[in-house]
Amino acid sequence: MPTGKITRCFLLTLLLAGLVSADLFAQVDYGRLRDATTEPHNWLTYSGSYFSQRYSTLDQVTSENVNDLEQKWVYQTSVFGPWQVTPLVVDGVMYLTQRPNDIVALDARTGRVYWVYRYATPAGQRSCCRSNNRGVAILDNTLFMATLDAHVVAVDATTGGELWDVEVADMDLAYAFTHAPLVIKDKVIVGTGGGDRGIRGFIVALDAETGEEAWRFYTIPGPGEPGHETWEPCPPNSSDYCDPEAWMHGGGAVWLTGSYDPELNLTYWGIGNPGPDFNRAQRPGDNLYTCSVVALDADTGELRWHFQFTPADPYDYDAVQIPVLADIDRNGSSFKVMLWANRNGFYYILDRATGRFLSGVPFVQVNWADQLDDSGRPIETPQPPGAPTFPGVSGGTNWYSPSFSPRTEFFYVPAWENYASIFDGGEWQDYVAGRSFTGGRPTTYAAVPDAPTIPVARGPINDWTDATGHGAVIALDALSGVQQWKFEMTDVITSGILTTASNLLFAGARSGYFQALDAQTGELLWKTNLGGQIASAPMTYEVDDKQFVAIIAGHSLSVFALRD
Amino acid sequence: MKRLPIVLSLSLIGFGGVATGQVRSSEIETSSFEPVTWERLVNAEEEPQNWLMYSGTFDSKRHSRLDQVHNRNVNRLELKWTHQLSALDRAETTPLVVDGVMFITEAPSNVLAVDAATGRPYWRYEHELPEDLRICCGRNNRGVAILGDTLYMSTLDAHLAAIDARTGNLLWASEAADYRSGYSKTAAPLIVKDKVVTGIAGGEFGIRGFLDAYNASTGTRDWRTYTIPGPDNPDNQSWSGDSWRTGGSPTWITGSYDPELDLVYWGTGNPGPDYNGDVRIGDNLYADSALALDGDTGDLNWYFQFTPHDVHDWDAIQIPVLADLEVDGRVRKVMMWANRNAFFYVIDRETGEYLSGTPFAKQTWAEGLDENGRPIRRPNTFPTPEGTLVAPDASGGTNWQSPTYSPRTELFYVMAFDGEAEFYIRDEEYIDGERFTGGGQQRMLPIDKYTSAVRAIDPRTGNRRWEYQVRPQTWSGLLSTAGDIVFGGTIDGYFYALDAVSGQELWHISLGAEVRAAPMTYAVDGQQYVTIAAGNVVYTFGLIEEVD
Amino acid sequence: MSILSPRSAKQGCGGQLRRLVVLWCMVLACGLLGLGGEATGQTVGGYERADIEYGLTVYRSQCAICHGEAGNAVPGVDFRAGQFRRVSSDREMRALLATGIPESGMPPADLDAAESAGIIAYLRNMNFDTGGITLGDASRGQLVFEGKGECMRCHRVQGRGPRVAPELTAIGRLRAPSTLRRSLLDPTASMRPINRPVVLVTADGSRISGRRLNEDSYTVQIIDDEERLRSFDKVDLREFTVLAESPMPSYADQLSAQELADLLAYLVSLKG
Repeated sequence: MPTGKITRCFLLTLLLAGLVSADLFAQVDYGRLRDATTEPHNWLTYSGSYFSQRYSTLDQVTSENVNDLEQKWVYQTSVFGPWQVTPLVVDGVMYLTQRPNDIVALDARTGRVYWVYRYATPAGQRSCCRSNNRGVAILDNTLFMATLDAHVVAVDATTGGELWDVEVADMDLAYAFTHAPLVIKDKVIVGTGGGDRGIRGFIVALDAETGEEAWRFYTIPGPGEPGHETWEPCPPNSSDYCDPEAWMHGGGAVWLTGSYDPELNLTYWGIGNPGPDFNRAQRPGDNLYTCSVVALDADTGELRWHFQFTPADPYDYDAVQIPVLADIDRNGSSFKVMLWANRNGFYYILDRATGRFLSGVPFVQVNWADQLDDSGRPIETPQPPGAPTFPGVSGGTNWYSPSFSPRTEFFYVPAWENYASIFDGGEWQDYVAGRSFTGGRPTTYAAVPDAPTIPVARGPINDWTDATGHGAVIALDALSGVQQWKFEMTDVITSGILTTASNLLFAGARSGYFQALDAQTGELLWKTNLGGQIASAPMTYEVDDKQFVAIIAGHSLSVFALRD
Repeated sequence: MKRLPIVLSLSLIGFGGVATGQVRSSEIETSSFEPVTWERLVNAEEEPQNWLMYSGTFDSKRHSRLDQVHNRNVNRLELKWTHQLSALDRAETTPLVVDGVMFITEAPSNVLAVDAATGRPYWRYEHELPEDLRICCGRNNRGVAILGDTLYMSTLDAHLAAIDARTGNLLWASEAADYRSGYSKTAAPLIVKDKVVTGIAGGEFGIRGFLDAYNASTGTRDWRTYTIPGPDNPDNQSWSGDSWRTGGSPTWITGSYDPELDLVYWGTGNPGPDYNGDVRIGDNLYADSALALDGDTGDLNWYFQFTPHDVHDWDAIQIPVLADLEVDGRVRKVMMWANRNAFFYVIDRETGEYLSGTPFAKQTWAEGLDENGRPIRRPNTFPTPEGTLVAPDASGGTNWQSPTYSPRTELFYVMAFDGEAEFYIRDEEYIDGERFTGGGQQRMLPIDKYTSAVRAIDPRTGNRRWEYQVRPQTWSGLLSTAGDIVFGGTIDGYFYALDAVSGQELWHISLGAEVRAAPMTYAVDGQQYVTIAAGNVVYTFGLIEEVD
Repeated sequence: MSILSPRSAKQGCGGQLRRLVVLWCMVLACGLLGLGGEATGQTVGGYERADIEYGLTVYRSQCAICHGEAGNAVPGVDFRAGQFRRVSSDREMRALLATGIPESGMPPADLDAAESAGIIAYLRNMNFDTGGITLGDASRGQLVFEGKGECMRCHRVQGRGPRVAPELTAIGRLRAPSTLRRSLLDPTASMRPINRPVVLVTADGSRISGRRLNEDSYTVQIIDDEERLRSFDKVDLREFTVLAESPMPSYADQLSAQELADLLAYLVSLKG
């Protein structure tokens, strides 16, 4: 009825007008992003700050009072499946995303919704792994989201109104964006997913004002580009098992937010596996820059250095992890390092200015390689057919956020232990645009044939037990990789880790518990049962002098603070 | 094949030095799960630590004797555990608790058994449903019933399923009706002696409603009573022509039972088509009525019709609340009923005699009720092609959400809605399996212009003692306890505790999604818990310090 | 409005007609299997063997990443057990594969005709065993089950028998014949980890034995030997032992080859 509509429009306008007040107006200029650690009451980037330590200096919640935490509010989403976002909090407003590509603005103190922006995700998008989005980025008063159909949108942080929408790649070829973008100076940087579907990976920087492409770095170098020689020509008479154009659909996806060192002006990104995932014979050579970390000039996108963790990877050991940067002083020396617990089961320490390998040791059981040589290259010991390879295909760790605490100088990894797969060398696969391009599939090693193994997403009943692997929070001394303590869980872990200046470590169990540990000793201090899978990382912020800790379990975002 | 070492022996004293904020007392051992006999069900009031049926007890007062949580300490409640349902539809379920085991239903037709103290699951049963279900108002399930070791659940494809309560395995599933004709079931069944009584939904699809009783052991149907009398019954004359065949009058919320009188009480839904009464001239018995049926045979003992010849979709699908009240100097066995038509009735439940009736929500359609409880209609309140403004709207002064009665305060509490709408009429032919409403209704103002409130009504006078306004249109059910608290929820996700005497709000928390279910309470090992489903999550609260 | 014969919830059919079709298919499949030997010829249960084998490769490359090798890695869906959440018929399956399920993250599968036929044939026959298991007579097998085998001392079928061991009412649908055979011959090696018996000793010294239903880092849920559902905080336990040995005896020496074949036929016939 017309009358009703007009009334509603009028009310909505009033509402919006009322909202354009100080509360919702966020001016997060580049300087604030660069110095994010000086405003710990906010959480301005996916990992908290450019060094991605996921460490907060907030210390209102301590090991003495952590038992007084109570749930303050909940936000429920109505779309199901593992929810992997880390929200941002900017001056009392929380911005998060929900599946498939919605942005929600909430009052960070009470959880009441200001607005919801819904991007119309087309039906034919081909993202891997249940269509996720891990969050937004912010610059000035604009939010940026990368979408499942390989677009990037800019949205007004006050009103939720769309500012621009740019198509970056073709979703029919399985290009899909799932991670939170990274804003550096005046650019928005995004990598692409699709590494299991034969894409040619890239990282792109868009102008934050217009969305125009400023630079693009291909993670698979083309002919003439340095590194292309690692996609070796096929031997003669090998057309039934080797693909001379393997590089064109070589994979190398980027689906997790990278890091940045403002002094070096280098931005670091982890690159995924080559394709087809499990058949290295089809793509001979080391396959740069797959399973590597690259350091790019933030202004031009030029490659400054790279380090490859797993050459010619046949195990799907993506190096898609968060590059954690730290400045550590020890024994009179200052180390500007990058700390990396890799999916392949080794923990690496690299010089982040040069990419030089400093050291690397296993943090879980590893038998696909014996050790790393002096340059950090693995000395491979492939297992015989039918025998288990440790770690299994999902890795000793995966995309879940690690954390580094400058207080303890420990590096904390969400790890999977006692977990193996049986790799059979893969099989030939024809490349078909947009289709799954994995070259076979390993099987999870299980002592009892046909017994259930670790599912992709879990329901309320765990009938696979810990017989095929279990999760753990592992604390490593950052500079040596020596294990300090380990907190084991029954199910595997898909949660990230947050540490704070009061020596608290927060992490979730996949079975739905949210836990606080002593970051120094690993002792369990507090837990609560949130009843749903925890598949994202905790974050913390402060509003009105009250510290809040937020975590997603299942389809609920729960926020905790000390009892009044 | 090489065996991995599979003996795991853990010494766990002092493991982790866990401090969880409170220590569970293991002095009072809650025995795990004795079979629920008929005697236990009849005397459910005597074991307030359990919640043995949808409305708590057969008189459906929804009142718990537990008082560990009371109106002076309720602000010390904290969240004890959460369980997230694996379903997309807002939960309408009331869980049962039997000796420390909680049974939760989730949409569309699934059951989950969890440990009531920690929320950790034992088993899950998922009922497979056909793709082409036709349901009017959401794919939901409001709860199970239990007898012995067996759970009974209504399914959306119009079956009654019997499930082993210890293992979650299906024992049998009896088809009540053909879902393809629009029949469905959403309500928790009611155990009556050795039978499972269960209603039917689908009134918007032109069905002929009924109430069934199935043998609890075998699943064979013991009786079926149609809510629309057949041609051999003179009451059939209250339908013109053949309109009785598709007259609707479903029975989709759980009823009540009086063991002494051996009467099953059940409410019936609206006649169809909902808004076009011209094709069904007459009072349309027994639509919009309270029925009293014999517990053994299902024979109709008496009926009371709230809204004769209803053209506003004012289902009498509410829970009959039974109590003994002093009326005119003597104690009467009564039934209290806040009806969708906005009147609050008190009826003698032995005879069906009308005792009193007063409006409890905004209404413009009746001058009042005559001495038999029959409404004195105002003129010009019927639907017209151009639309006629009437209060309440089709969703009514209240709806299926659970009211509660406290024997302590002697007040009846109900979630009420002061709505109004334009009612329209149109011609429509009945097609098997298609919606059959004959018109519609439309609210003219934004929802915030109306009022929802928890209203406390004195049943002896019909007066409103107090009201607590909430965001409209709230569909939450209510719970009252011996701690003199009324618990309820709101459509915007708040869960709150009110003082049962004064209506003052004592505590609330934001749970992030609509509360559409009703709260319940129970105890394990001496600790009282309060549970509410909000959105798709089940939340359980308890006091911060354990009180012995 | 008749009552159905007891059936398991996980059966893929809803309407009367579909029930008949499945029944017929089951009869056909059981018939093929029950004719004293392996399924011969080119078809299995109505599907081309070549399609099934091709479907396996399609499954491994396109589906296993989420659904797992055993088809049960997505909660609520178990291909081996015939538990499909949203589809019943082959036609519905084909349609769902073409569109995917956007809100849950299942992408469209984009298969050509051969792959489509293959995948459907494979999903319908994930339980099909090419290992050449000999199946005898199911009714004789029931006598072995209830008599000489003494299976009902621990197992429950269609409402009869204790609940201490896993229920077998639908076991023929949930396990491949080769798995069942392995369980009979070497129960300890075949026992699924979740079913390994547990012994718990509480803080006050009580000893409880039973079978695990669920477990997390802090609690464990069991059904004990008195068929009670019990949940324990691990902190409250002095001991928590998962036993290596299965309490089920091996039937390798107890039954003749014919009796074993008959018993297997009976178990395979238990479809719920």
